[in-house]
Amino acid sequence: MADGGSFDTFPKLLLRNAAQFGNRPAFRHKDLGIWQTWTWTEVAGIVRAYAAGLQRIGLQPGHTIAIVGSNRPKLYWTMMAAQALRAIPVPVYSDAVADELAYVLAHADVKFVAAQDQEQVDKILSVSDRVPHLRNIVYDEPRGLRDYDHSRLVAIHDVIEDGRAALAGNPALGEQIDEIIRQGEGSDISIILYTSGTTGASKGVMLSARGCIDAVTDTVRFDRLTENDVALAYLPLAWVGDHYLNYAQGLAAGFCMACPESGETVEQDLREIGPIFYFAPPRVFENMLTRVMIRMEDAAPIKRRMFDYFLGIARRHGESILTGKPVPVSGRLLYALGRLILYEPLKNVLGLSRVRVAYTAGEAIGPDLFAFYRSIGLNLKQLYGQTEAFLYVTCQPDGEIYSDTVGPAAPNVDIRIAESGEVQFRSPGMFVRYFKDQAKTAEALTPDGYVKTGDAGFFDEKTGHLKIIDRAKDVGRLADGTIFAPKYLENKLKFFPSIKEAVAFGDSREFVCAILNIDLTAVGSWAERNNIAYGSYQELAGHPQVYDLVTKSVEEVNRSLAEEKVMAGAQIRRFLILHKELDADDGELTRTQKVRRGFIAERYGPLITALYDGSHEADISTEVTFEDGRKGVIAARLKIRDMPAIGATEPLGRAA
Amino acid sequence: MRMPDASEILLQVEGVSLAFGGVKALRDVSLDIRKGEIRAIIGPNGAGKTSMLNVINGFYHPNRGAITFKGRTRAQMQPFEASRGGIARTFQNVALFKGMSALDNIMAGRTLKMRRGLLWQMLRFGPALAEEIEHRHRVEEIIDFLEIEPIRKVPVARLPYGLQKRVELGRALAMEPDLLLLDEPMAGMNLEEKKDMSRFILDVNDYYGTTIALIEHDMAVVMDLSHRVVVLDHGVKIADGTPDEVKKNQGVIDAYLGIAH
Repeated sequence: MADGGSFDTFPKLLLRNAAQFGNRPAFRHKDLGIWQTWTWTEVAGIVRAYAAGLQRIGLQPGHTIAIVGSNRPKLYWTMMAAQALRAIPVPVYSDAVADELAYVLAHADVKFVAAQDQEQVDKILSVSDRVPHLRNIVYDEPRGLRDYDHSRLVAIHDVIEDGRAALAGNPALGEQIDEIIRQGEGSDISIILYTSGTTGASKGVMLSARGCIDAVTDTVRFDRLTENDVALAYLPLAWVGDHYLNYAQGLAAGFCMACPESGETVEQDLREIGPIFYFAPPRVFENMLTRVMIRMEDAAPIKRRMFDYFLGIARRHGESILTGKPVPVSGRLLYALGRLILYEPLKNVLGLSRVRVAYTAGEAIGPDLFAFYRSIGLNLKQLYGQTEAFLYVTCQPDGEIYSDTVGPAAPNVDIRIAESGEVQFRSPGMFVRYFKDQAKTAEALTPDGYVKTGDAGFFDEKTGHLKIIDRAKDVGRLADGTIFAPKYLENKLKFFPSIKEAVAFGDSREFVCAILNIDLTAVGSWAERNNIAYGSYQELAGHPQVYDLVTKSVEEVNRSLAEEKVMAGAQIRRFLILHKELDADDGELTRTQKVRRGFIAERYGPLITALYDGSHEADISTEVTFEDGRKGVIAARLKIRDMPAIGATEPLGRAA
Repeated sequence: MRMPDASEILLQVEGVSLAFGGVKALRDVSLDIRKGEIRAIIGPNGAGKTSMLNVINGFYHPNRGAITFKGRTRAQMQPFEASRGGIARTFQNVALFKGMSALDNIMAGRTLKMRRGLLWQMLRFGPALAEEIEHRHRVEEIIDFLEIEPIRKVPVARLPYGLQKRVELGRALAMEPDLLLLDEPMAGMNLEEKKDMSRFILDVNDYYGTTIALIEHDMAVVMDLSHRVVVLDHGVKIADGTPDEVKKNQGVIDAYLGIAH
């Protein structure tokens, strides 16, 4: 078993891995239908050659190099090679539109960009006049780039080969590269990760090598990760989660990072690789379950009965068996049979057979969903973190798992709740500062050096675990003083399979209203079973029977709200179903798929006016961006439903 | 877009006429296809476009006229001779093996390139195995090229129409043709699928250097894609030239908008 130990930079860890687990796989990538493997020794050799090649085209210590693309070994090696030269990699979201890309490239003063393919190269070239320091672009996949001007464009393959040839011809060069790696210090900036921009322009979070390695060393120990493990590296490169969970933990523990063939093949690749460590946001787990359920609806009655029976067994005993609590012998026997017949085959289909530790984070996870995966024996846990912490702030230790908390503080992390209810922390991995933004840095830190998360939360009295309710600034009050936590309501709505997104409004208003998105997969399949014909998303969304279906879910939510004293006044009194899916390309969601409430309120102003003025229909026309970047306008007339309040709705919230 | 070499003519059709009983599908049509170009054949319904493609790949035999392909003139040819000679095509209505996976369908396109006999291949042994691996490698390159990795193992009957069209293009590419005939590659597709298909057609032309002749109804697509366009109406060639020239041609405008005859 390995961890970060006394090593203070990633290139040093790479050399350690090459020496210690030389023949163990470091990277896998499916190319032309076949999984290719590189061992730690091979990777160390390639990265050394790559670093030499990058140095020869001018990459110097302190330079920034942007990395744009999906999870490819060559792009991970770009990070390693840059760090070996004490340059700073800056990964950028590969689905960023040109404007976002231009902002980050210019703000980070990048001199070099590593791009995955023609699509990314095109995007970079289209904004290159806004990136004054840009010198060279290196790329992974040559397809379509043959006729481009190659004066500033080089294939990564050629850079590596050039470096290899130079190293062979000049032993002093190799010495020089090794010397730069030796000189690397823990205080070096290891990486700059740009935040996804939930709140305004994205900020460049600078993380030190020492901080990164200290943070991952703790969690590698916490989850006992070793060089025999494997993870599927499929999360966006620019997201802290991928850099932490795959890259940093991979280097610290020496486990293998397997890169999927493409973004669309992740499910199949997951099955083929069978990772030991797995992370996915709640919506991925939700999609998986939805797909299983939809397929079970179509299965033969006997199979369906078996499925229901053994899921019942799992619900009763699964959690206790997973956490090692006493279970009656009959329960154990039935559960063992269930494993044989259902749980293991099901996990195998989902690619989760070998998972020892699975995490989810980013959004609240539905209690039923969470319980389902744990009951079939998947050790799914929650963590809470952010880029400024280099991910972990809290995480759930084995055996102390609750669906509605995010766990106690992670190892060596110090958490406190401020007067305002905001969660604040100090951690080994906490960021150094925002790149070129002294003011924002000062804003994010308290005078005594804690980081302000901007999230409101409290410690649960029973378990001592942290509970997050909402963004601190989003928590508002209704006109009568009732607490209004929009995220809390939206999550309750989204736990229903037919509702994909929800946006709640109510701050300083008389009552709460919601704009909803239906889930096309779930509602579409429901419509098929109920012989409801529809031609488009818009038509399905506006169908009266779909409104009836959704009304039932909203009623359920109101009923559960009525049971909570504090929230009873915040029941949803009116709602409408939007005619289009909320989309990051239209600026309605962030790149990490979080709703941008303020923007939506502005864009759909007429709808909100209609929700509050008592009318039963509202017209809206909006500009949309198609997948090819063209813009168009869609118009619709939407219906609004009234909901009766359940139980007493006196303003009880004031006491809270 | 790369401009093709204007000097070298890959296929020459001279004075071809084709009749089915009393119906004259083609009347004395001449056209040429230059090596490396994208050549569009357009025209209103029943203009003789598909007949022209069928004549080119030997499925129909013209009543009059001659066809010169790669310097060899012939009056009659069978479709299998055409494919051996390096002409591949896709069909207006997708013609795939519905029960087979996308991968197997594309592998089927390699049939003509397989040297070992049926028995060897059934045994999957020795040289046949090595050959199969080599063919599979070429097929995987095409799968990568067309970005259909996620559906490699999916039976084509379960695929949406746009993807079936892409698999069909993959099978035609697997033959490594000199001339690729595409019969309405974008029929029935939505805007996004059309965009994808257009990009693949341009990429095929650019990357493999394949000469392409295509029939298409969507004018915007044709004008963007092709180097040269030939226009048929009631079996007669009424225009031939660059997209810009054809667009301005009065005969073409009349044929499409309709005038009182």
